[in-house]
Amino acid sequence: MNDTPYGKIVADGLWYNNAALVQLLGLCPLLAISGTVVNALGLGLATTLTLIASNVSVSFIRNWVRPEIRIPIYVLIIASVVTAIELAMNAYFHELYLVLGIFIPLIVTNCAIIGRAEAFASKHTIPKAFVDGLIMGIGFTLVLVALGGMREAIGQGTLFDQAHLMFGEAARGLTVTLIEDYRGFLLAILPPGAFIGLGLLLAVKNLVDDRLAKRAARRAEALGEARA
Amino acid sequence: MRFKTFSSPHMAPARSVNRVMGQVLLALIPGTAAMTWYFGWGVLINVSLAVTVALACEALMLLVRGRTLTPHITDLSAVLAGWLFALAVPPLTPWWVTLVGVGFAMVVAKHLYGGLGYNPFNPAMVGYVVVLISFPREMTLWLSPSVIAELNLSLPQTFAAIFAGTLPDGLTWDMITAATPLDRIQTGVGLAHPISEIQNSPFFGYLGGVGWEWIGLWFLVGGLWLLKRGVIGWQIPVAMLGTLTLLSGLFWLINPETYASPLFHVFSGAAILGAFFIATDPVSASTTPRGRLIFGAGVGALVFVIRTWGGYAEGVAFAVLLMNMMVPLIDHYTQPRVFGKTTAGKEG
Repeated sequence: MNDTPYGKIVADGLWYNNAALVQLLGLCPLLAISGTVVNALGLGLATTLTLIASNVSVSFIRNWVRPEIRIPIYVLIIASVVTAIELAMNAYFHELYLVLGIFIPLIVTNCAIIGRAEAFASKHTIPKAFVDGLIMGIGFTLVLVALGGMREAIGQGTLFDQAHLMFGEAARGLTVTLIEDYRGFLLAILPPGAFIGLGLLLAVKNLVDDRLAKRAARRAEALGEARA
Repeated sequence: MRFKTFSSPHMAPARSVNRVMGQVLLALIPGTAAMTWYFGWGVLINVSLAVTVALACEALMLLVRGRTLTPHITDLSAVLAGWLFALAVPPLTPWWVTLVGVGFAMVVAKHLYGGLGYNPFNPAMVGYVVVLISFPREMTLWLSPSVIAELNLSLPQTFAAIFAGTLPDGLTWDMITAATPLDRIQTGVGLAHPISEIQNSPFFGYLGGVGWEWIGLWFLVGGLWLLKRGVIGWQIPVAMLGTLTLLSGLFWLINPETYASPLFHVFSGAAILGAFFIATDPVSASTTPRGRLIFGAGVGALVFVIRTWGGYAEGVAFAVLLMNMMVPLIDHYTQPRVFGKTTAGKEG
C-alpha cells in the first residue's frame, strides 16, 4: 500500500477522488459556509491545515497504534489539531472566526479528515501523508471556493466581499462588484442554493469525465485501427 | 401525445395530453378574467409574458436535450405551467421576476428531472416558491381590488410598471399596493387585534376579501366543470378543501377572535385555485384513489398550518411542494387491490 506515486496522490486529491465532488464527504460545512468566497476560503484553509496536521500525526504513529483502538486515537488527534487551529483563528482572524462560528470546531466531525486518516495516512509514510493532506485539502478548498463564488455572485452580485476579515484592512479594495444595483437573489444565499449549486458542480464534473472517457475510447480505437 | 397501452382489454378514451391541458386552460379562463377585473391589466400581461417565457424555455430545453419540438411543445403543458405561475404572482410583478421564476420552473423543475411526466414537483409552484423566497419585496406588489381602489392603472401605465418599474408621476408604490386579506389577518392577529376588528375594513367582503371571494368563486366554476368532464378526480379538491374547512372550523369554534372562519380560509388566497388546478397536477400528485385523498388532506392541513402559524401569509405553494415530496410514500402504501388477488397481493 505504500507505493502510491505522488502524481496519483495529486490527481486523486484534486480531481478523481476529490473529497467534496467524488467522496461527497464534509458536506455539512461545505453547504453551510459557502455563502461567500471569503468564508469558503477561510474554512477551506482551516480544513486543509487540519488535514495536513492530522495526516502527518497519524502516519507518524501508524506502527504503534493497535488497530482495535485506532479510531478513538484518530479522533483525539483531530480534535487536538482543530482546537489549536480554533484558538489560533480566534487570536489572529477574530472577525472571520466570529463569522464562521460553530463550523470551525465542527471540522472535527468532517468525515473527510478521519476518512483520509483511516484510508491513507495510516498506511503511508509521513511525506506521502503530508502531500495527501495538502492536496485533499486544496481539492476541498477549491470546490468550496467555486461554490462560494457562484453563490456570492448570483446571490448578492459581488465577489470577495468582506475580504478584510481575512487579509486585513488593506484588502478592502479586493471586493469586486459584478453588477451595480443588484437586487440580490436570496435563493442562492439560502441553503437550497448550496444544494442546487453543488448539484450543478457535480453535473459539470460528470460531464467533463464523460467527455474525457469518450475521447480516451476514441483514441484507443484509433490506435487499434492503426495497429491493425 | 398518446401513450400506448399494452395488454387488452382497455377502452381508449379520446384523451391526449394536449386535450387535457387544453380543457384545464379553458377552465382557468373565468377565474383569470375575474382576476383581471379586480387587479387590472397586470394579470393579463403577466399571463402572456409567463406563457411566452415558458414556451421559449421549453423549446430551448428540448433542443439542448436533443428531443423533437413536436409533440412536446404543442402539448400545452408549458402554457399551463406559465399560466399558473402568472396567477400566483402579484399583478405588478416586474418582468425579470417572471423570467427567473418561469425559467427556473421549466429548466430546473421540469426538464432537469426528465421533462413532462417525470418531474416530482409541480413546476409552476417551484418557480413561484423560488421567486417568493428570493424577492420578498417584489412579491408584495398586490394591488387594492379595483372596486375599492382610489385609482386604477391604465394599460400603458401597467406596462410601464411591469417592464420599466416606473409609475405615473405623483404616484408611489405605497399608494397603489395593498396587503392581501390573508396578510392583513396574519399581521393583525400577530399584533393581538381581534379578527372582528381586522375584518371591519373595506378590504373584507362576505366570504373572504373583497374581489378575492369572486375570483375564488369563478375558479370554483372552472374547477367544477373540470370535475364534470372527468379531467380531474374529485378526491384531491374535496379532501383538500374539506380538511381546510374542518381544521379552520375547529379552531374558529374554539376562538373566533384569533382564528379566521373556515369560509374566509376557503375563499381567500389560492385555496380554490390550488385545490382544483394546482394540487391536481396529474404528474406530481398522488395517483391512487386513496392516495389522492391523503394527498389532498395533507395539502389542506399544511395550508391551514402555514397560514395560521407560519411565516408566510399564504401556504398553498409550500403545501403542494411538501406533499409532492410525500407522493412516492403515499402511492406505495395505497396501491389498490388487483382484481383476483387479496389486498396482500396473494392469489385470492
